[in-house]
Amino acid sequence: MEASNQKKKLQGYVGFANLPNQVHRKSIKRGFTFTLMVVGEAGIGKSTLINTLFETKIFPIKEETVVDAQTGVEITSMGAEIQEGGVKLRLTVVDTPGFGNSINNEENWKPILENIESRFDAFLGQENRVIKNKITDNRIDALIYFIKPTGHSLRAIDIEFMKRLHTKVNLIPVIPKSDTLTQDELTGFKSRVMADINYHQIQIFKPNWDPLDDAETVADCKDMLAKIPFAVIGSDKSYENDSGKTVRGRKYPWGLIEVDNESHNDFVKLRRMLICTHMNELKDATDTVLYENHRSQKLFTMGHVQDNTVFREYNPAAYLEEERRLHDLKMQKMEAEMNAVFQQKVQEKETKLKQSEEELYARHKEMKVNLEKQRIELEEKKKKLMSTNRPVTPIDKKQKRGLFSL
Amino acid sequence: MERKFLKRGMNFNIILVGESGMGKTTLVNTIFAGHLVDSQGRRTVQGPQRKTTEIVPTTQVIEENNVTLRLTVVDTPGFGDQTNNEGCWVPVIKYIKDQHAAYLERELKPQRERSINDTRVHACLYFLNPGSKGLRPIDIEVLKRLTEVVNVIPVLAKADSTTVEERAAFKKRIKEELAMQRIQAYPYPSEEDDEEDIALNNKIKELSPFAVVGSENVFNENGAPVRGRRHAWGIINVDNPEHCDFVHLRNFMLRTHLYDLIEVTAQRHYESFRTQQLRQIKEMRAAQAQNATQMAQQQQQIQPGATLFKQQA
Repeated sequence: MEASNQKKKLQGYVGFANLPNQVHRKSIKRGFTFTLMVVGEAGIGKSTLINTLFETKIFPIKEETVVDAQTGVEITSMGAEIQEGGVKLRLTVVDTPGFGNSINNEENWKPILENIESRFDAFLGQENRVIKNKITDNRIDALIYFIKPTGHSLRAIDIEFMKRLHTKVNLIPVIPKSDTLTQDELTGFKSRVMADINYHQIQIFKPNWDPLDDAETVADCKDMLAKIPFAVIGSDKSYENDSGKTVRGRKYPWGLIEVDNESHNDFVKLRRMLICTHMNELKDATDTVLYENHRSQKLFTMGHVQDNTVFREYNPAAYLEEERRLHDLKMQKMEAEMNAVFQQKVQEKETKLKQSEEELYARHKEMKVNLEKQRIELEEKKKKLMSTNRPVTPIDKKQKRGLFSL
Repeated sequence: MERKFLKRGMNFNIILVGESGMGKTTLVNTIFAGHLVDSQGRRTVQGPQRKTTEIVPTTQVIEENNVTLRLTVVDTPGFGDQTNNEGCWVPVIKYIKDQHAAYLERELKPQRERSINDTRVHACLYFLNPGSKGLRPIDIEVLKRLTEVVNVIPVLAKADSTTVEERAAFKKRIKEELAMQRIQAYPYPSEEDDEEDIALNNKIKELSPFAVVGSENVFNENGAPVRGRRHAWGIINVDNPEHCDFVHLRNFMLRTHLYDLIEVTAQRHYESFRTQQLRQIKEMRAAQAQNATQMAQQQQQIQPGATLFKQQA
């Protein structure tokens, strides 16, 4: 009995076309969560970029960097609930102060990787609970890595970090402070960075499109792909530009660079990819690919063996046959067993009887011997008496009778 | 004396210390208005990934108005580029000290040459990271050591990514931290200075660290050729004092304090090195002498012991 996969044409309006709306309404009511991690050396522009992306002061701009060579990397997180057009977003941004700040930065990637994995483990723990309450999802959906705009190529610390983390999180490399580089320098730098990334086989997040999507979306995605890694600037200050409009940007003696101007930097593209178009894809990729890989790895190392028999198709007739066969087998087995037991018991009884037979025989023989003995004794006694009492008197006879009467 | 000076020409040696991609090479080429040095940054995937700081000196002879300058620029590729940068300053300090040692050796020779080829490092341009709100741990470590052996001029690299306010805040912060860590950058106050010199030095101290932009490209802006960087939002003019401090740095290094840099190297750093070395030699000789006397004493002690032994035998 196979499920028919043919598409049937409906003959009237049924109404399940309203399903997407129902999902939409429910998700809006529930709200969305998004967890973002930012990694980059001090002063490279992480806080400013986050504040610019979400148009709200999530991070206070630090007045001083913590200059302590021994602190290593810390993990701090800031949460904010922002709302736009009736849609609530619970945004968590995880910061990593101290990255790349010490003289010896060899182990800087470790605490970050541990943090990401512990979030996966926490989720796994919740999934495996016997009674599942509402699961809180703290997993990192995307990691923005800030590449220092040297103009040359990736530094050793960049390559090391990305190689260690690209299989555990969606990596989005970004070039901050892009106003340091001219257009030509930027193109050269981007191509060298991508060459490095491909050479070291680092997997970064690339926006995908469905072949069913409309041409505009596909063109959009292709545009984004061409600009990776995004070269951005961030700013929370606004100025008036040449055309009199008030824009966010940075004002220099030689000009004003605008954050939202696509010919000045790729900020708009980054925002579109991260928030408008691919936020859900990021969450999806985290859940289906990255988390599942982590989970399988973890369970294998814990000693579970993959049991593929549970994946067989469920077929009722075959199942019954199987069951009947098994039952028959069982019956046979029981019969054989009972037989064996019976045989055993019979044998036991036989041996017992034999034993008692022998015993009786022995006793019988013994008794016979005894009787013989007694008879012989009596015969002797008789002989004795007869030899002593020759003259037979009537007393003898009487005695004889007496003897006999004895 | 001036004529001899002109004939002989001067040696001027600079060392550039800073991470890869800070703009060291471009700045030097801009200061000396010519392509003197090539950038040592990694440009290809298989390019050299340096595991330690290398020392790459390049020497050129440049001339201007009959004055010849034998310029040596020492680049330090690999400095601060690894994940573990412990000891990345060691090759740099060693190079500087080696030059002092070489000069000392030639000076101490009984028959000296007419003019000793001066390879001592006269100035060190230390490139600070734009964006860090102050000195980083590696900066503090290296600056402490460098200022003991060479004239250090701190420079704020890639100043075109900082606004005017950010620059002012950064400079103030750096000066405070340098004072706190007791790091003395060039110029040093001296009793010989007259009022003019003091005023000049103060002005330089105020501008320090110099926020510079370098460029070898020339653009046409309003008909005049301009050295600078062109962006979509404007052109940065390297020679414009309102855009960056390049002009001040160049004037300071070449036009006013060039001879002073050389002199201070000879008087202050070389002399302190020399004193250290001679003292060390003296100590070594004293230690050797002491060892010798100790050995002699031991010999004497053994001698009577030996005779005693002989008697017993």
